[in-house]
Amino acid sequence: MYVAVKGGETAIAHALELLADRRRGSRDVPELTLDQIDQQLAQSVDRVMTEGSCYDRQLAALAIKQARGDLIEAIFLLRAYRTTLPRFGHSEPIDTSRMSAERRISSTFKDVPGGQVLGPTFDYTHRLLDFSLMANGERPTAPTAPIDAAQIFPRVGDILEREGMLEPPPPADAGVSTQDITRDPLTLPASRPVRLQALARGDEGFLLALGYSTQRGYGNNHPFVGEIRFGAVPVSFVPEELGFPIEIAEIDVTECDMVNQFAGSHDVPPQFTRGYGLAFGHAERKAMAMALVDRALRAEELSEAVISPAQDEEFVLAHSDNVEASGFVQHLKLPHYVDFQSELVVVRALRAEVEARQQQAALDQAAE
Amino acid sequence: MPDTVQQNGHGEGAYNYAYLDEQTKRMIRRAILKAVAVPGYQVPFGGREMPLPYGWGTGGIQVTAAIIGRDDTLKVIDQGADDTTNAVSIRRFFARVAGVATTTRTEEATIIQTRHRVPETSLKDGQILVFQVPIPEPLRMLEPRETETRTLHALCEYGVMQVSLYESIARHGRIAKTYNYPVLVNGRYIMSPSPIPKFDNPKLDRNPALQLYGAGREKRIYAVPPYTSVKSLDFEDHPFEIERWTECCALCGSTESFLDEMIVDDTGKRRFICSDTDYCQERQDGQRR
Repeated sequence: MYVAVKGGETAIAHALELLADRRRGSRDVPELTLDQIDQQLAQSVDRVMTEGSCYDRQLAALAIKQARGDLIEAIFLLRAYRTTLPRFGHSEPIDTSRMSAERRISSTFKDVPGGQVLGPTFDYTHRLLDFSLMANGERPTAPTAPIDAAQIFPRVGDILEREGMLEPPPPADAGVSTQDITRDPLTLPASRPVRLQALARGDEGFLLALGYSTQRGYGNNHPFVGEIRFGAVPVSFVPEELGFPIEIAEIDVTECDMVNQFAGSHDVPPQFTRGYGLAFGHAERKAMAMALVDRALRAEELSEAVISPAQDEEFVLAHSDNVEASGFVQHLKLPHYVDFQSELVVVRALRAEVEARQQQAALDQAAE
Repeated sequence: MPDTVQQNGHGEGAYNYAYLDEQTKRMIRRAILKAVAVPGYQVPFGGREMPLPYGWGTGGIQVTAAIIGRDDTLKVIDQGADDTTNAVSIRRFFARVAGVATTTRTEEATIIQTRHRVPETSLKDGQILVFQVPIPEPLRMLEPRETETRTLHALCEYGVMQVSLYESIARHGRIAKTYNYPVLVNGRYIMSPSPIPKFDNPKLDRNPALQLYGAGREKRIYAVPPYTSVKSLDFEDHPFEIERWTECCALCGSTESFLDEMIVDDTGKRRFICSDTDYCQERQDGQRR
């Protein structure tokens, strides 16, 4: 029996081999390539890059393959790799008004400058299984309008803002570098930039449920989709030796600018307020949920009562990270027999005391 | 190069010695120095994602990675045993990324990383005991908010903990807390000793070894310097006491050590053996000689 306990090292080695074998699956089926994952499971790649806080489609695809399609495991793999990379500096803030948008919609106005552009969306699909994909998923190339690289879609929020109807975005703290939650510990209360970082890498399911809870009355803030846009934006970087920005990359992002009612306060007239969501790749559900929760977390700043989970900064930020949550929930699989033994000892002692008392009571009763 | 580990596949080069980059190690060492300077105070640090999951010892691993050097000898235990799966996994990790010598013998080790136990063998000057900590905040289950507990520590306002121990006595006739039993360090900070059984609490007091506590997920490091007072909380009329067994170890016969209980057949027949495998083995070897 004790030998079984000692077999740890060999057992682990075998478990690792077995996992690698199961990952590959039946050898009769061709092995997945990273390009296939990147191209055909693109939104899995998007999610892993977003919550893994690392924009690299190839590495995200590798993580998904290695994790057998378990996306939280893939996010973990990518983050553990990312954290070892040297940090050269910060990029300039991306400017989403310069986005070459593949999709852009607003639900607050019937038409907006630049128009409503549906782009590739699940929104109007009938959720009927397409059995033709079972046999052969080949599709003719979809017709698209010629890309007008010069086309700029003005942000709907900016238009409302000029009228004073919508609060301006918070001013950038000039000269103050924003705390990086992947390098510094999270301290509470957190600034909005820190909160947005935490939400951006927060678990999509957790944020979705919290955002949903605000819609059902737990911290409702009457949201409208001011705008959702998806497309490529340039990334600029200022190398110290040059002193001016150069474009180093282009990344796909999804941005959601949520417009919310606000009754006004003592000092501020009624106006609309913003909740903001941003994710790598095409991830509208995530960006929208993030925007709802961002707005809910601004309750205190806007002098609203903080009564619901989604408005509670400490509750949301301490539990939104799925790599942390997954690890701590699953650590219960580790041996706990020392703690359990201590509990056994005390519970037995407590039970013995109760039994002794009951026996004594029975004796006393019999004696009377 | 024996100091680094070549990464498979992607060809992005090698990991640094002991996995963490030198900048990160420096940041962790600063946090450790601060923790040693203020015994029992939880120092926030920029915890990194480690290649092992949160909750599985990432805090202890980061502390060990920041202090380990080529001359060190590492021992890793989980539940007192060197051969439990997670201890094996962490030991293998350091053998791989730091190329250090490992041992199962408490007295040979310069660094001992542990989960849930303090070795039975007395530690000596120069040894470092690294604890893996799941929830560093001793007041967390009484007050879930970090912003609140920080204030309570700052003001040394520990009434809520005393009340919870008193409530336990009122309900059960004794303090029914059995592991993660709160301690007062250096007469100032209440500290979680991590989920060690209270049996081990007396060993923390004025221990010659340096005790470092790492909580990875919660991003906190705290410490007890050598020979520092560590007092388990109690009341004058309900003094602190530790677990006792009526049985002795079935392998080495010890009546002094913390015993694990094993169920050996379908009728629930039990057998008790030392949780500290090295201690037990040393005793058995001694008896054979």
